[in-house]
Amino acid sequence: MADFDTLKINPLFEIPALEKGAMKDLSPFVAAPNHQEDLGFPGELVDDWQTKAIEKFGELLKKSRALRVYMDGCVKCGACTDKCHYFLGTADPINMPVARQDLLRKIYRRYFTFAGKYFPKLVGAEDLTREVLDEWYSYYHQCSQCRRCSVFCPYGLDTAEISMAAREIMDHVGKGQKYCNEILGKVHKIGNNLGLPEPALIDTLEGLEEDIEEETGVEVKLPVNQKGADILLVTPSADFFAEPHVDGLIGYAKVFHQAGVSWTLSSYASEAANFAMFIGSYEQMKKVAERIRKAAEDLAVKRIIFGECGHAWRVAYSFMNTLAGPFDFLDPAYPVPQHICEFTLDLIEKGELNLDKSANDHMTLTFHDSCNVARGSRMGPTPGGQFEIPRAIVRAVCNNFVDMAADTIHESTFCCGGGGGLLTDDLMEIRVKGASPRMTALQEVVEEHGVTHMVAICAICKSQFSKVMPKYGIGMDRIVSLHQLVSNAIILDGQIGTEPDEETETDTSEDVATA
Amino acid sequence: MAYELNGKTFEADEEGYLVDISAWNEDLAVLIAEDENIEMSDDAWEVVNFLREYYEEYQIAPAVRVLTKAIKKKLGADKGNSKYLYELFPYGPAKQACKIAGLPKPTGCI
Repeated sequence: MADFDTLKINPLFEIPALEKGAMKDLSPFVAAPNHQEDLGFPGELVDDWQTKAIEKFGELLKKSRALRVYMDGCVKCGACTDKCHYFLGTADPINMPVARQDLLRKIYRRYFTFAGKYFPKLVGAEDLTREVLDEWYSYYHQCSQCRRCSVFCPYGLDTAEISMAAREIMDHVGKGQKYCNEILGKVHKIGNNLGLPEPALIDTLEGLEEDIEEETGVEVKLPVNQKGADILLVTPSADFFAEPHVDGLIGYAKVFHQAGVSWTLSSYASEAANFAMFIGSYEQMKKVAERIRKAAEDLAVKRIIFGECGHAWRVAYSFMNTLAGPFDFLDPAYPVPQHICEFTLDLIEKGELNLDKSANDHMTLTFHDSCNVARGSRMGPTPGGQFEIPRAIVRAVCNNFVDMAADTIHESTFCCGGGGGLLTDDLMEIRVKGASPRMTALQEVVEEHGVTHMVAICAICKSQFSKVMPKYGIGMDRIVSLHQLVSNAIILDGQIGTEPDEETETDTSEDVATA
Repeated sequence: MAYELNGKTFEADEEGYLVDISAWNEDLAVLIAEDENIEMSDDAWEVVNFLREYYEEYQIAPAVRVLTKAIKKKLGADKGNSKYLYELFPYGPAKQACKIAGLPKPTGCI
């Protein structure tokens, strides 16, 4: 990985002095022919890519009136310019949302508007050249589709949809992104982003059952493919694999155990994530979502609950019924789908969980709203539930909780910097730089309120923070799963001892600023 | 990219992961490790060897917990934790140790 400077944490969110072209050379690895072909895209850039790209663009405009509105609607008011974490972190003017959108808009004008066809220079219309395609590839992979800019746009233009459309066009001419497309191929073949086959999944879950029993003395199960279970849990495969994700998975298992419900994972749908949203492919998104439906039908479950995954929750909450519905075979008494946080908070409110908040006393916590949960979905029966439900859980299981600055949370939350298919090592520079606004807000509560840990309910956020926080002088273990806190606090029936485990004890003495 | 060893060329992807995992050998592991600025201590070998054994059985690298537990059994509790594994492989035991072990890079939200 090339060395690069990270912009200093900027406590006032000052707009950086522009550095033209600062990020023009950063592009992700291009998908290999087999990654492309697995998804039905051309293996490499096709000869007549220009014609094909314009054709595909026209098709998208026809299918989506929204996209046409986003192309036509911008009045260049400038409200979005300083709202993007990637712009604030890189100072590259093309990372202003309006400028990034204009990369597509100038082509739209040239080929799809009267003025642009006949008087291109007057309306900022440009020919689709190889340079433009390369610029698309670079800058549409410097957008995490987090939609913070859209919150501030007076017309509600959705930048994410524009980035998705651009990526969809590029996939169709044979210039896809390796990270997303390789992963989607694995989901189709194996069932999850990791490529974790069933025997490995079973082995991993058995290991976790042993760990929980060793820690608590209670036999907590993590069942897989259990036909006739009431609940199918669909969770990101990172929950099986990585830290701190796995501590969250242990938390879900303990909650289900204590609730006395029957539940199961599925090896066929062992992934909540749906990277097809990132590449803007409706067909791929449908194919991935249908795996969940099939698993639910095959296992004859009554309910589907999603684990901690940001964009999965957006797809599940906002699109799943259209993609793979109707889900009329599930029990109508429960929301379809339901978030694990709704399930857990319901039990807490009914007093059905025995919680020892002091188990988390070695931490002072703050909550990072994940963009797709915050701006792409809701949770529970009331507006704003996606903000309040996770916080209510944190407060119920911890004594020390502080929110970050108001303009960096809830619907104004800053992206972690790794969303939208950017969580890959070849994009580390933009990931680190794009994390700077969130790191600034975090640093503020660290200094003012002694915050030691940040909680998230998204696998991408957790992985991104554990990787980039050390670049800002914050230890990688300072990002935790929400259900990890629940796991620490919950006292299971028949549990031996209530001391916190070794690992949580060891980090009590360290300061948050030690990487 | 590619690795050159004893006059032979071993093809690797953009990030240095071997294309043909069966072409791996211990000398090549040392060479890849050098590229990564990693010295192959006995403990580092324990990790790499475990990854290869696990991969052979399951066609995937082990989850972090599976790895730490296995290392705990082999090297003791003071080394069977992710902190120690990060000392051995600063860029992350899963990704960096997999590269040295000649295995594909784990993908996903990790």
